[in-house]
Amino acid sequence: MENLTYRHKAKTRAPGDKPLALVGVVASGNLEVLVERVLPDTDCEVAIATTAKGFGDVWAAVVSDFVERRSPGGLRLSINDGGARPDTVALRLSQAVRSLEEGR
Amino acid sequence: MSDLTPGGTSESGRGGVSWYEASARQRVRLLLDAGSFTEFVGPEQRETSPHLQVFDLPEQFDDGMVVGAGTLGGGAVLVAAQEGRFMGGAFGEVHGAKLTGLLRAARDLTSTPVLILFDTGGVRLQEANAGELAIAEIMRAVVEARHAGVTVLGLVGGRSGCFGGGGLIAGCCSALAVSEQGRIGVSGPEVIETNRGVEEFDSKDRPLVWRTTGGKHRRLIGGADAFADDTVDAFRACALDLLRTTGPLTLDTLRNEQARLRERLDRFGACADARDVWAKRGVDDAGAVPGLPADDFIALAGRVAEPSHDAR
Amino acid sequence: MTLDEILQSLFPDGHDIARTDGLLSGSATMKGGAVAAVIGVEGRAPLGVDGALKLGGHVLDALERGGDAPVIVLVDSDSQRMSKRDELLGLNEFLAHLAKGLILADLRGRPTVGILYGHTAAGAFIATALATRVLVGLPGAEPEVMDLPSMARVTKLSVEVLTEKARSTPVFAPGLDNLARTGGVLETWDPSKPLADQLAAVLGRADTRDRRDALGKERGGRPKAADIAERVRELATRAG
Repeated sequence: MENLTYRHKAKTRAPGDKPLALVGVVASGNLEVLVERVLPDTDCEVAIATTAKGFGDVWAAVVSDFVERRSPGGLRLSINDGGARPDTVALRLSQAVRSLEEGR
Repeated sequence: MSDLTPGGTSESGRGGVSWYEASARQRVRLLLDAGSFTEFVGPEQRETSPHLQVFDLPEQFDDGMVVGAGTLGGGAVLVAAQEGRFMGGAFGEVHGAKLTGLLRAARDLTSTPVLILFDTGGVRLQEANAGELAIAEIMRAVVEARHAGVTVLGLVGGRSGCFGGGGLIAGCCSALAVSEQGRIGVSGPEVIETNRGVEEFDSKDRPLVWRTTGGKHRRLIGGADAFADDTVDAFRACALDLLRTTGPLTLDTLRNEQARLRERLDRFGACADARDVWAKRGVDDAGAVPGLPADDFIALAGRVAEPSHDAR
Repeated sequence: MTLDEILQSLFPDGHDIARTDGLLSGSATMKGGAVAAVIGVEGRAPLGVDGALKLGGHVLDALERGGDAPVIVLVDSDSQRMSKRDELLGLNEFLAHLAKGLILADLRGRPTVGILYGHTAAGAFIATALATRVLVGLPGAEPEVMDLPSMARVTKLSVEVLTEKARSTPVFAPGLDNLARTGGVLETWDPSKPLADQLAAVLGRADTRDRRDALGKERGGRPKAADIAERVRELATRAG
């Protein structure tokens, strides 16, 4: 397993009222994302535990692209990864942030 | 406690959502009355398995088990759901302990029913002793709860089926609802083939596997009390129905079960194939059973399967 | 110890235990005169639908007769019988039936004691020895959920690697000590002393509540189960 953590500044607070959400499951080629609104509105953190070692550059790129697009201010996203492809990761990150906006 | 909604699912009602395809969290949320579910020791508490890192395997924040409380048709229920895609829904230490705790609460409360949404291949090998003991503790807790008057329902229709110790726990429940995809057994087909050879059980022969372990056979032979189409709605209807019909576990219950299983061995013990069992059961065209749509099969099972009685 | 030696040491006042097809069933006179029901599996026999139903029936017959004498379960078995016929007939129900009978016996005041004196595995283990109130082992007993070679196939790790890992954690490896550390086995008996006395001692202090998870925590083999179960129990009791 490899553990990676990325911290970013976000332009705006992520929308929605829910304090947390979970999307995905840990399986081969899949991942789960637990998103929690626990940080100051300008901050964002993505913490990853992954079975695929040596892909730090790819994760860094996917995460900064995600922060740029979604501006997830205030959120900590924790990932358990079973070796998902970057497009699956990007999809789950977006789903996680969107879930905070869904009705309670 | 948390309110965790899976992403990517329509909020427009449970309707046609496939039980088989849904995640454990989706099943729980859509099975219960809308918005009623509260989770205990949820994923945000990060109570993951303490053993998977020994094997360099990824953890899941809920260890593949969702437990909590909610309402079903307005009545309070406790509910547990296994995530069959995480490690095949297998029982590990934390995974199992959540269900044990839930059942012990039910025992103490004496009246709140428990729904167990099975989706498991059995014991998680990487923590085999802990998983095996968890299953023993869960079975004990199921019987204690039922003995105290609690109804414990099992719902089986997930991709991992209900095998190994999961099959034994299912056999301890007050009643079971199963879909065609809800295979129930102890030794999975691959395990039998590995141990006894392909002549004993060809695990690649999918029709054979389905008619030997699948939900239709379990319903016809009396191993399940209700058959559900593969939708959350159908399982909800079955659960509501079964909650009205079950009673506590007593010595009489087990006496009746002894007679029920004795009769099964006497009648079907020499059958070589599920189709022979169904024919003896009174199904005119046993070969057609696997292809029957759910409605037709439910009608057939209503005619030929054992009447629901206090024998489980 | 052979089964004959075990029975002699456990029940010096006599027993009428029948031994057929690898199954034990009968009764035995305990110290003090109470007549215990005895079931079991011997000779590393697999437990299938027929055997489970026979043993289950014997337990229920004993319950029907009443009284508060113990039910003793002696185990030297294979795993559950792995066959198409057993699965076709619903082996899960038969094994669960036996387990339910044993658990119900305990709840009705008939203490159940499992004595593991040989091998056992998987579903046969769950349906017999692990369905008792107290499980004890005799030296040389070898319970296993799955053997290391099979586990190696599934986990894609070599037997050597698994053996090495087993040194640091008792949670997955076969064996009586590992199972004891996870709380599944209360104690190991001394075969050089009368088993009847050791049985009486265990019966005298047996807890009617299932404390195996707490025992596993005390012994360091299952660090989280007891706490998680208790937390969920408290939350659910409040919510229900």
